[in-house]
Amino acid sequence: MLILHCPCCGVDAAEIELAPGGEAHLKREGPGSSDAALETYLFTRDNPRGVVLERWRHAYGCGKWFLAARDSVTMEVYGTYAAQTHAPPQEIVDRITARHPGWAEAL
Amino acid sequence: MSDVMAPMAGARSEGLISIEALPPQGQISLRCEVSDDYRAKLGELLGLGIPEPLSAVEEGDRALLWMAHDELLLLLPYDAVPEMLARLNTTFEGWFIAITDVSDARAQFRLSGPHLRDVLSKVTPADISPDAFTPGMVRRSRLAQVAAGYWLRSASEAQVFVFRSVADYAFQVLSLAAGPGGEVHHHTREAISEQDASSHV
Amino acid sequence: MSTRLATGGRFTDRGKQIGFTFNGRRFTGFEGDTLASALLAGDQLLVGRSFKYHRPRGIVASGAEEPNALVGLGQGARFEPDQRATTTELFDGLVAESQNHWPSLAFDVGEINAKLARFLPAGFYYKTFLWPRSFWKYVYEPVIRQSAGLGKAPHPEVRDADRYEHFHAHTDVLIVGGGVAGLQAARNAAHAGVQVLLMEQAAHWGGRAPVDGGTIEELAPEAWVAQTVAELEAMDNVRLRLRCMGAGVYDHGYALGYERVTDHRPGAQGPRHRLWRIRAKQIVSATGAIERPLSFAGNDVPGVMLASAVRDYVVNYGVAPGDRTVVVTNNDDAYRTAILLKQSGLDVPAILDARPMGGGALMQEARDLGIRVEPARGISKVLGGARVTGVAICDQAGGGSMLEEIACDAVAMSGGWSPVVHLWSHCGGKLTWDADGAFFRPDPSRAPTGADGKPFVIAAGSANGHLGLQEALACADGAGKAAIEAMGCGFEESPVPKAESTAEAPLLPVWLMPQGARADLRMKAFLDYQNDVKVSDVQLAAREGYESVEHAKRYTTLGMATDQGKLSNINGLAILSDALGAPIPQTGTTTSRPPYTPISFGAIAGEARDAVFQPLRRTPMQDWHEANNAAWEIVGQWRRPYCYPRPGESRHAAVNREISATRESLGLLDASTLGKILVKGPDAGRFLDMMYTNMMSTLPVGKCRYGLMCNENGFLMDDGVVVRLSEDSWLCHTTSGGADHVHAHMEDWLQCEWWDWKVYTANLTEQYAQIAVVGPNARKLLEKLGGMDVSKEAMPFMTWADGRLADTPVRVYRISFSGELSYEIAVPANRGRAFWGKLLEAGAEWNITPYGTEALHVMRAEKGFIMIGDESDGTVIPQDLGLHWAISKKKEDFLGKRAQQRPDMARDGRWQLVGLETLDGSVLPDGAYAIAAGKNANGQRNTQGRVTSTYFSPTLNKGIAMGLVEHGPDRMGEVLSFTAETQDETRDELTTVEAKIVSPVFFDPKGEKQDV
Ligand SMILES: [Zn+2]
Repeated sequence: MLILHCPCCGVDAAEIELAPGGEAHLKREGPGSSDAALETYLFTRDNPRGVVLERWRHAYGCGKWFLAARDSVTMEVYGTYAAQTHAPPQEIVDRITARHPGWAEAL
Repeated sequence: MSDVMAPMAGARSEGLISIEALPPQGQISLRCEVSDDYRAKLGELLGLGIPEPLSAVEEGDRALLWMAHDELLLLLPYDAVPEMLARLNTTFEGWFIAITDVSDARAQFRLSGPHLRDVLSKVTPADISPDAFTPGMVRRSRLAQVAAGYWLRSASEAQVFVFRSVADYAFQVLSLAAGPGGEVHHHTREAISEQDASSHV
Repeated sequence: MSTRLATGGRFTDRGKQIGFTFNGRRFTGFEGDTLASALLAGDQLLVGRSFKYHRPRGIVASGAEEPNALVGLGQGARFEPDQRATTTELFDGLVAESQNHWPSLAFDVGEINAKLARFLPAGFYYKTFLWPRSFWKYVYEPVIRQSAGLGKAPHPEVRDADRYEHFHAHTDVLIVGGGVAGLQAARNAAHAGVQVLLMEQAAHWGGRAPVDGGTIEELAPEAWVAQTVAELEAMDNVRLRLRCMGAGVYDHGYALGYERVTDHRPGAQGPRHRLWRIRAKQIVSATGAIERPLSFAGNDVPGVMLASAVRDYVVNYGVAPGDRTVVVTNNDDAYRTAILLKQSGLDVPAILDARPMGGGALMQEARDLGIRVEPARGISKVLGGARVTGVAICDQAGGGSMLEEIACDAVAMSGGWSPVVHLWSHCGGKLTWDADGAFFRPDPSRAPTGADGKPFVIAAGSANGHLGLQEALACADGAGKAAIEAMGCGFEESPVPKAESTAEAPLLPVWLMPQGARADLRMKAFLDYQNDVKVSDVQLAAREGYESVEHAKRYTTLGMATDQGKLSNINGLAILSDALGAPIPQTGTTTSRPPYTPISFGAIAGEARDAVFQPLRRTPMQDWHEANNAAWEIVGQWRRPYCYPRPGESRHAAVNREISATRESLGLLDASTLGKILVKGPDAGRFLDMMYTNMMSTLPVGKCRYGLMCNENGFLMDDGVVVRLSEDSWLCHTTSGGADHVHAHMEDWLQCEWWDWKVYTANLTEQYAQIAVVGPNARKLLEKLGGMDVSKEAMPFMTWADGRLADTPVRVYRISFSGELSYEIAVPANRGRAFWGKLLEAGAEWNITPYGTEALHVMRAEKGFIMIGDESDGTVIPQDLGLHWAISKKKEDFLGKRAQQRPDMARDGRWQLVGLETLDGSVLPDGAYAIAAGKNANGQRNTQGRVTSTYFSPTLNKGIAMGLVEHGPDRMGEVLSFTAETQDETRDELTTVEAKIVSPVFFDPKGEKQDV
């Protein structure tokens, strides 16, 4: 039963107000892409033990999507941030790196 | 009989709190950027300030509720909707905005009584404590298994809205939560002294 | 015998007598009793039979850890099995019955199992019932069914008479446990000004301290407790809850509390149980400690109890479990029981202390009272069957040779104490072995961590391994302050309350009594009473190679079920570690799972039962459907009319009547459940071109177009008619179940992929009532209502218009899902019910006939229109359904386009949509497969197609079906064999039905009827 801070409306939302949306920052592959790129886009997920960047929607609240950086083992939340980005903001990266040195390089 | 029938219209239940289904309520959804130029135009037209996030402003029979960073809900008399729609459409001609009449899409309930916060806490995971949810605030969350909006109008009165199709469900769930013997005395001291008084009778 | 003493009982009010029955026999107790104390007062030692061997069992404990005294409580709609007598507050008229006995508690056939105990060893579930196979049906299963399970389930037809509810609470500090530790922690937290919620599972504050004695700030513990509770009650920021158990701790400070609101006053108004769903920033676990049994032969004979429980019954309820009580111990605390009994005028023939030199000051006090103390001694075995008659004593160091028999009617045992670490462990808190106390306690360096990565659970008092009164208070004092500090708040320095209690000599770990107990003794030494696990079982498991504690637990069932290791854990671990030759900390411990003790299903469900089990969505016309005898079809959370049977009419006949009336004259459908999503903005057209496989940006204002929506995997997701409302706005109709999903899908792409596109959506599904007016007389009806031009010229097929009909503002779409002349009319939902009435009234002259979803389905199938969820199932692409015409070839991109180019999607031989017609006119079974020659790699028959929709068509007077068939469209006229169950229900066989491949459009293939 997570609590995630919705950066869109400012509410600390209980998990039952949220809908999960899977891995964040996927790059869409449309017509013209290779089979391998399409496969990666549609099916290949890392699902790591440790740091995950994931999509959540404040479904019962403001209705907006946001992104969360979370540890799938300890449930530590490094931060939530806007969905309209291609990478987590530096302050969240710093917080993750403090716990998992070398994490950013391994991306 | 009028042709216009709000969901559950006239329904009322008395328990730890009073629950009353409100008559048809004019409701206009505004989806737009709440930037300065939109604020100015809206404020001028409605004669209302723009609410801060998670809150509402009200003036007479009108109120403006903050629903999301790009969504406001205007409450006004049901019969005033067509004219207001026309004025909004004219005012924002050519602007990037979605103005929709949702007067019939939602059911509105008025909840009142000293056990208000305790009853709400039975149905929503939102923090309803007096420190977290103060009069004038708006919070969208769950009402048991459905989505709902909560507008706290005073320490003992709230307006709750749900989609019309689940109005009956919401009314039943709220009535159950307000059922006799279900006092919790968690949020308010007044309710506690009330119980002490009755238990010594 | 077990009796009520002449005086005493902190909790009982001797002025208020209460009558109750146990197994039909009448008993009396006092207000304030538990069922257990009242039974003991009535000398009812035997309270149940054990789970496996059906051995007679008595009350062992006085609280939540009680393993034996589980009873069936209440009757009829209020019957509930497995209620713990020790935590059941007595009320007038209580009815209880014992469990696991057959035919009676005193004489039990299952007791034969006990005689067969050597044939029911550890893992007997896994070993015994395997062979021979045929024995399952005739021997094993009937016998197991008779004797298995803990208690019996309520009758399936009985409805629970009570109501239940949830409560969401948010607090800064949650403190679980209202003993002196919890109270002191609460005090500190409260004085810092934060919100404090303190809950106690019992009906009284103070925990064990008032029974165990000593002083706190020179007050008797009871007085200090009363003073502290009063202090807390006066504070605005503190909430106190009795009868509320901390049931579980979960991620991010989520905790469950289980409040028993009216259990002790049945029939009272209000919910029976309340499930507290708590969000706490910090949780203090002040859950106390539980005394351990000692493992000696016959330690389960009724009359053998925990020493602390004996004390509780005397002090709290004025009940003495025996006249002559032998105390057996490995620590000083049990001496308190002996001293109390003696001071209460009861006999204590001996204290057997397994420690070679005995104990300290408390031993001296006992001796001074004239009690015989025998150091270095233990119990070889307990004498007696249904109740204790004596003990055989022996040297603790030996193998069990009897030195002497001592007559007694009760045994008070103490093997030391174990902190209640359950809440600490629920969310990942780790434990450390405390060699001095011989227990696991919370390891503060490995606490459960929360969202910020920092610890959020703090153990306090004896739950943290601090068993002495002063140590417990000091620990709790620190815990309260630590909780405040963890929240970044300051607190006033305040001294730790000063407590005094008699100093205790160290305990000696004793895992088996005597140390070298012979095999026959070990087979009677119980570790887990509830699951009938003995010392010999754990030793056998170790010999058989179950070295992991988690495996051994499951193999032997040690610590399973409601026990969750409360009584059995440490003793069992110690035996296992001894058998493995590894120290206890290396052997490890099992993890206790929430809830701490069982909670009711009612509490978990809360209000979600009966009419509000789940939301039932209602259209504006729902009351009319209900009043007109609709049969229902579940569509998501909607209940739509399936058909409207008239009195005496079957559903099948009603459907046929509705179809015929519609095709011949005029039908009416409540289509309000269809999703209606507004998409508006300068980029709306571009956006819809991505959402739909068709081109929507080119749809002229005023026109309608049927559209298909696919997901990125290319599979068909939803369909519906899209309407161009204005230059920059479209209205998208979705399937009935799909509105919320499609709206969320659109918002997902807008917010997360094309966030710079200027598009807004609004889900207007519930703003409108939508009514389909269908049939050759549809136009006449609308013309009669008047107000707008609905002629073919003014409103051609696949167009729409705003206007007024019958003085109601309407938007009319000329679209058809039936193949008939049809208008779908949207009116503001508040006017829906009235408008429906006007249509019915005005349509009477054309025999207007409301029809349900089944008629809708048959009519669309007659026309070969697909239905999402029938023809599509998440693996079907539009191309499979012959919908190439709805897939734009001009567009560079749309969702799913790339995936539809995958080799598997483009391959030859995918199953494709066809119509199917049985040779004999019968209706094909839904979902039936068409058989092909040969078998696949798994030896199964090959298939070449399946039925996706199948109906009786009253229009054509025969069965019609649609299906997906390999190369289907190229095989028109070919006959396939479909498997079906035989009509003869007594024969469990399959038969085949032959059907011919035909066009899926069975009716009016040129579409002449709808375009008039
Ligand atoms: Zn939000």
